[in-house]
Formats: sequence, structure tokens, C-alpha cells
Amino acid sequence: MDMKSIAIIVAGATIAIGSIGPALAQGRAVAAALDAIARQPDSASLLSRTLFVGLAMVESTAIYCLVVSLILLFGASPLMK
Amino acid sequence: MSQGIEIPVIFNVGQVEVTRTVVTTWGLMAGLGIAAWLIKRRLKPTPGPFQMAVEAMMTYLDEQIRDIVGREPPRYLPLAATLFIFILAANLISLLPVVESPTADPATTSALALIVFFVVPFYGISERGFGGYLRGYLKPAWIMLPFNLIGELSRTLALSVRLFGNMMSGQLVVGVLISLAGVVAVVVEFLGLITGVVQAYIFTILTLVYIGGAVRSGAPAEEGEK
Repeated sequence: MDMKSIAIIVAGATIAIGSIGPALAQGRAVAAALDAIARQPDSASLLSRTLFVGLAMVESTAIYCLVVSLILLFGASPLMK
Repeated sequence: MSQGIEIPVIFNVGQVEVTRTVVTTWGLMAGLGIAAWLIKRRLKPTPGPFQMAVEAMMTYLDEQIRDIVGREPPRYLPLAATLFIFILAANLISLLPVVESPTADPATTSALALIVFFVVPFYGISERGFGGYLRGYLKPAWIMLPFNLIGELSRTLALSVRLFGNMMSGQLVVGVLISLAGVVAVVVEFLGLITGVVQAYIFTILTLVYIGGAVRSGAPAEEGEK
């Protein structure tokens, strides 16, 4: 296997493994927010804003993985030269 | 469809390469400017549907600024509204054929994040004074200083990479699906529509949260205490 195929495999593994954590975390966050909104529908706007900000925070981990895998795929790393 | 994340160069001015992103952004600026001028020219006491939509958006942003920053909006509204409208338009412009959104280029999103990076201390210093703002870095204890500084940098990076990653991956997925499955990609394009609006919203709200942290007393990194 040359460097390129290793990089492709690693890129796939990066995004696959790296998405597990944020996916679970986002699911828990949304579930908790829905629970809270069901209890207190009055504060729905505050809750959903906080939810969106929190989801963005959680999501950035997955996006770091995406960027790493893209760097691997499109050869911006010095290994690929 | 672009090949990966390469941004093609449209033409050169001397040594300077003018990329597709820059050309799209110019078009966007012209379009938004003309739209704003047209709306301003025919403002009416009884608003038409378009004016109504813009007014609703501004009222909503006013509310958010009052909630998050805890100050009167006029000082913060121009920045927040500009960021929101520009990012929204830039995200959604990729729905047009041929055109690709400028926010799928890391250069655009880094520039936007750098604006936020510099404007947060500006508002903090003008509101609480130089010493007051700097003292915010020492809260809750002086030992937190390095973490506050790292947080300042890493959130700027996250802000730019989040927007770039979302928009670029959306376009990439649509491109791959068009080559594989043809028309089915339209469904994913709708998903991209939602992502675009949500990302513009998140960028604006996060900017306001950071400004709120700098403007109010407390650590700059303090978030979502409301």
C-alpha cells in the first residue's frame, strides 16, 4: 500500500470514529432540551437558543475530524508530496 | 463542481490572483447593497411583504441582543445584522446553478472570524475600560489566565472552521451525489438549505455571546450564563 491509499483509509476512519462522540452528545442534548421544553413551554425560545449554541459547540469536534480527513484526502499534508 | 477544496482562479490583476470566492463576494455585496438601497428608498408606514420580513428579522435580532448582550441594541445591531445577512446570503447563494458559496472557502470564514476576534476586545474595552477588560482575563482566578487566552484563540478557530466545514461539506456531498445518483441530490440540497440558515444563526448568536461575555463583568470565556 502506498501513502495515498493509507491516507484514504485513515481519512475514512477519522470521520467515522470521530462522528460517534458528537452524534451521541447531540442526541443527548436535544433529548434534554425537548424534555425541558415539554416541562416549561414558556422558556422555549431561551432553551432553543441555548440548545443551538450548545449543539454548535458539540459539533465543532466532528468538524475538526472532517477537516483532518479532508486534509488527508486532498493532499495538503507534506506526506503526500 | 469544484475538485475538492481547490478554489479556481478567475483572473489575475498583476501578481494578485482573483479567485471565484472574491468574484462571488463582489456580486453578493452589490446585490445586497442594491437590495438595501431599494428597500430604504420605499420605506412605508404600512410595510409591504418584503419590508415586513426585514423588519421582523431586525426586531428579532434586537430582542436577541437585549437578551444576550444585555445592552441597548443600536450599538451592536449593525455588526450582528451585517454578519447574519451576509452569511445567510453567502450560504444560500449556492442554490443558484454554477455559483458556489463564498463561505465554502476557508479564507472567507477566517476573515469573518477575525472580525469577531478583534471586535470583541473593542466592545469590551469601550464598555469597561482597558484595565477592566483585561482584568476579565484573570477571572475567576488568576490561574485561569492561560486558559482564557487559549479559549479566545480556539473559539476563533472553531468559529471559522465550523462555518467552512458545514458549507463545504454540504457542497461536496451534493457534488458526489449528483455524479452518483443524479436528481436525488436535490433532497440533500434542501438539507443544505437548513444547514445554511442554522449556521448563519449560530455564527451571529455566538458572536453576540462572545461580545456579551466581554461587555458584562466576568470572564471573557464565560458563556450561556443566561
